Amino acid sequence: MGRLKVELCGIEMDNPILPASGTFGYGYEFADNYDINILGTLAFKTTTRDPRFGNPTPRIAETASGMLNAIGLQNPGVDNVIKNEIPKLKEVFHKPIMANVSGFSIEEYVEVCKKLDKEEQVGWFEVNISCPNVTGGGMHFGTDPDMAETVTREIKKVTTKPVIIKLSPNVTDIVAIAKAVERGGADAISLINTLVGMRIDIKKRKPVLKNKTGGLSGPAIFPVAVRMVYQVYEAVNIPIIGLGGVSSAEDVIEMMLAGATAVEIGAANFADPFICKKIIEELPALLDELKVENIKDIIGGAH
Amino acid sequence: MLQGIFEIKKNRMIAKDIWQMDLYSEKELSLNPGQFVEIKLDGFYLRRPISVAYGDKHELVIIYKVVGKGTKVLSEMHDGKLDILYDLGNGYDLSLSGKKPLLIGGGVGVPPLYYLAKQLIDLKKEVTVILGFNKKEEVFYEEEFKELGCEVIVCTVDGSYGTKGFVTAPMSDLNYSYFYTCGPLPMLKAVYDGSSTEGQFSFEERMGCGYGVCMGCTTKVKGGYKRICKEGPILNKEEILWED
Repeated sequence: MGRLKVELCGIEMDNPILPASGTFGYGYEFADNYDINILGTLAFKTTTRDPRFGNPTPRIAETASGMLNAIGLQNPGVDNVIKNEIPKLKEVFHKPIMANVSGFSIEEYVEVCKKLDKEEQVGWFEVNISCPNVTGGGMHFGTDPDMAETVTREIKKVTTKPVIIKLSPNVTDIVAIAKAVERGGADAISLINTLVGMRIDIKKRKPVLKNKTGGLSGPAIFPVAVRMVYQVYEAVNIPIIGLGGVSSAEDVIEMMLAGATAVEIGAANFADPFICKKIIEELPALLDELKVENIKDIIGGAH
Repeated sequence: MLQGIFEIKKNRMIAKDIWQMDLYSEKELSLNPGQFVEIKLDGFYLRRPISVAYGDKHELVIIYKVVGKGTKVLSEMHDGKLDILYDLGNGYDLSLSGKKPLLIGGGVGVPPLYYLAKQLIDLKKEVTVILGFNKKEEVFYEEEFKELGCEVIVCTVDGSYGTKGFVTAPMSDLNYSYFYTCGPLPMLKAVYDGSSTEGQFSFEERMGCGYGVCMGCTTKVKGGYKRICKEGPILNKEEILWED
């Protein structure tokens, strides 16, 4: 098993695979299906300061090779996450977790991180500055390099845990944003969040989603994600978590060759709830086939 | 949530655009009436949620309407195997039925009531069923409900078969202890307004995962919110909020 190990910001992971935030609930929902301790880690659903219902339904639309979602950061708020969700997750998962956080102001980001910083099991913060489905928060911080840098710097002041900034692909220059968060003190970068898209119901002549637009995920965005990971790898000196349409062990290798140290599995969990397990089980044989001894040796291997 | 590979035994049209597929499961099933399954289809990213018309021992029956590309593909499959997630959703609570439960189904909302009726009859309840359709060509399962031992009233909107009008018309003349319903949203609302007892409603929503993690199907209820796929699709009358 040792050959799948990677290190992310000083924390060792048994393998580079983690379910992406928003596609795995708080983890315990999956524990009836399989032992989730086989995962490298998991990123739980984005947490904000206050409870959020999210957007009106329909929140989901299917696309060719993917889907649109406009959930709108539904979550019970950080206090309830600490009180109710993390304890349930603790019972079934015994590794450091990635706490995904978001906000509508810098103060909110800081407050949420401060509270979660006290949680022993939180290994990393993944800061969502890239949600396309809320107004005034999320992506608003991730499309302006100065804002991205400032939010990173302020969060770094209140935690000693590694801070990973999750970037939006909905920008003209991903490298500029990546460099900005590195300047702000980010310990790692994860990319990409979803791409803004729309579907229209041709009979109703209205957008399918009540929010009109949503975030595109699934295999349709995989090449975009690989390209951005590749570009950012050349421009920064901090580790990258690659995500966006990853659906197989081969995709994981491709993402790591582009420069990812760890890889998140997102929408693929919806099509197959057992996909993370399958990928982890398939990786050793794929490494054999590719004549690779340790998976960490291929990080950035395409450069 | 459980996953299994099911073998297609039979797939046939039983009314206009309404298809019944009989499936065989290697593993033994024990599903609740009102639950649904999610079917993986080649060429489509998301699974198709479809209600369970019957699901016991090794037998799963689904009845679905061809409304889009996915269900069209499903209707063209006559053999082979399907990857299905099952045991999804809460299902109807039979313990509240009383002695004379009333079941009200509209169109493709009828199938889950069949499995429910079967279990209620097994519990020695006196079951009355109102089945509503737009027109004669769309009517299905009248005989099947009668064979179970239910009192059956069929309504069509255009009057081409059975009683003319909506399902709510015969409701007011009936004496029932409790009700269970499934059908299009306007019908559910009409049943809510026209019913004289407590009851349970089956709701539909577009889903991402179907097993409670994506938050795609969340709906507001009195005192909070629920995921239609997980804490639903069955909601109690007293918790429903009608919005829009």
